[in-house]
Amino acid sequence: MTTLPSHTERKLGLVIDLDTCVGCHACVVSCKGWNTENYGAPLSDQDPYGAEPSGTFLNRVHSYEVQPASGAAQLVHFPKSCLHCDNAPCVTVCPTGASYKRQEDGIVLVNEDACIGCGLCAWACPYGAREMDMAAKVMKKCTLCVDRIYNVNLPEEDRVPACVRTCPSNARHFGDLADPNSDVSQLVAARGGMDLMPEQGTAPVNKYLPPRIKDRLDRAEEIDILAPFLEPVTDQPKGFLGWLDKALDRF
Amino acid sequence: MHPAPSIIAFTTLSGLGFGLMVWLGLGMPGSTGLVAFVFFAIAYALAGGGLIASAFHLGHPERGLLAFTQWRSSWLSREAVLSVATLGVMGVYAIGRIFFAADWVLLGWLGGALALGTVLATSMIYAQMKTVPRWRSPLTPALFLLLSLAGGALLAGQVSWALILLALSAVLQLAWWRQGDHAFAASGTTMASATGLGPIGQVRAFEPPHTGPNYLLREMVHIVGRKHALKLRVIAFGLGYVLPIAFLLAPFSHVMGMLAVISHITGILASRWLFFAEAEHVVGLYYGKR
Repeated sequence: MTTLPSHTERKLGLVIDLDTCVGCHACVVSCKGWNTENYGAPLSDQDPYGAEPSGTFLNRVHSYEVQPASGAAQLVHFPKSCLHCDNAPCVTVCPTGASYKRQEDGIVLVNEDACIGCGLCAWACPYGAREMDMAAKVMKKCTLCVDRIYNVNLPEEDRVPACVRTCPSNARHFGDLADPNSDVSQLVAARGGMDLMPEQGTAPVNKYLPPRIKDRLDRAEEIDILAPFLEPVTDQPKGFLGWLDKALDRF
Repeated sequence: MHPAPSIIAFTTLSGLGFGLMVWLGLGMPGSTGLVAFVFFAIAYALAGGGLIASAFHLGHPERGLLAFTQWRSSWLSREAVLSVATLGVMGVYAIGRIFFAADWVLLGWLGGALALGTVLATSMIYAQMKTVPRWRSPLTPALFLLLSLAGGALLAGQVSWALILLALSAVLQLAWWRQGDHAFAASGTTMASATGLGPIGQVRAFEPPHTGPNYLLREMVHIVGRKHALKLRVIAFGLGYVLPIAFLLAPFSHVMGMLAVISHITGILASRWLFFAEAEHVVGLYYGKR
């Protein structure tokens, strides 16, 4: 049924730390690796070794340059996957009931056997979280590794989404965001976790932790107590450069 | 948005076909026998042909019957249900007209109402998209409905109605273009809100996730087609509205009527192409594009 549940008992989701993400794309690779051989149709590639490779990914890492009004620009790596919205617009537009949001844990899934591949859910998603697989002709999206997190055949430490398990900089956290005492909820509260595109009214479950200010080249003198020893000893060039400087001055 | 030919053909042709059905349902013209057969055949060819064209857009058309199940929440499902209901009801009404010279008035009205409902559902598929600010306006269903009625009147030979409705839809088309040009800025969605990085400073896309294109960029970020947008608007407006009105104002002849129809359809196809090509999806912001 493509009507949304009035509430979900839990809100399983991700907290992504933009401060510690190093942009290594390990989450992209592990996501593709796990999900191409488990839940649903494989994540196909088209022309993978050709001139215009393209493929289906459930998680992609963008990189942005942010220029403050003064001071140095920051580079922010920005992983983006399905945000498992409370008010998921992708679910209600589905004409077949293939898209649904689970009442028990809030995960948004696609029943690929009922998907007609109309692509309307991808249009409805403001985050670009859904991609049509060009080989299977069905809509693919992040399942929050639903086939890992409840999988008793896996060791307990592996019962988290593949992206979370693999992240080498601990920038991805998985948990229940409906429980105010969960680790992820406390992290969100402590670090000012935010919604993407709040004006779209999607009420995303996944939260992003804003990056702290990093490079402070504008405060270079505060960097180190040894900095004064690295001061340039002369502002007058010597040798060939000194001669060139004087020669050019005479013109 | 990617202007898929199947969807452009579907919305244009089925809009016309269902518009014609509204007029036929109202008994305008109240023809019977062979003449009625020709009218209904045109209406069914356009409406049904459009529906078949739209099926080519699907990845799995063989599962199409499932699309009739979610009418409680999905406008696309409502469109499917309403279109089949319209074709069914109008089919019975057409049998009365063609074979029994009968005018089952209530049935005709019901069919007409269902036809209008189908066009409304089609338009709401686009108007509901908060992700495409240009579409998200009450003017979108208004324009689709008025265009369907105007085109229908043109095909049904209701010259005076066609003149009034074409003029009205021309005004609405201009208003729709005008509001659409400001809609993205007015939506408040920017790279700053998309990334949440706005409070730090000016956000610029530094590197895309992959060096190659992807489904999202192909489907939602269609920049190439906007190059000639203004020229196409002039062509669409001239062919879709101005010329048909001129042809209808000329002394009536079937040749003039035919020219008006051909010109109108060509113009509306062009405007429907722009409807998609000019529509900017907010996901483009993640790629630093519109």
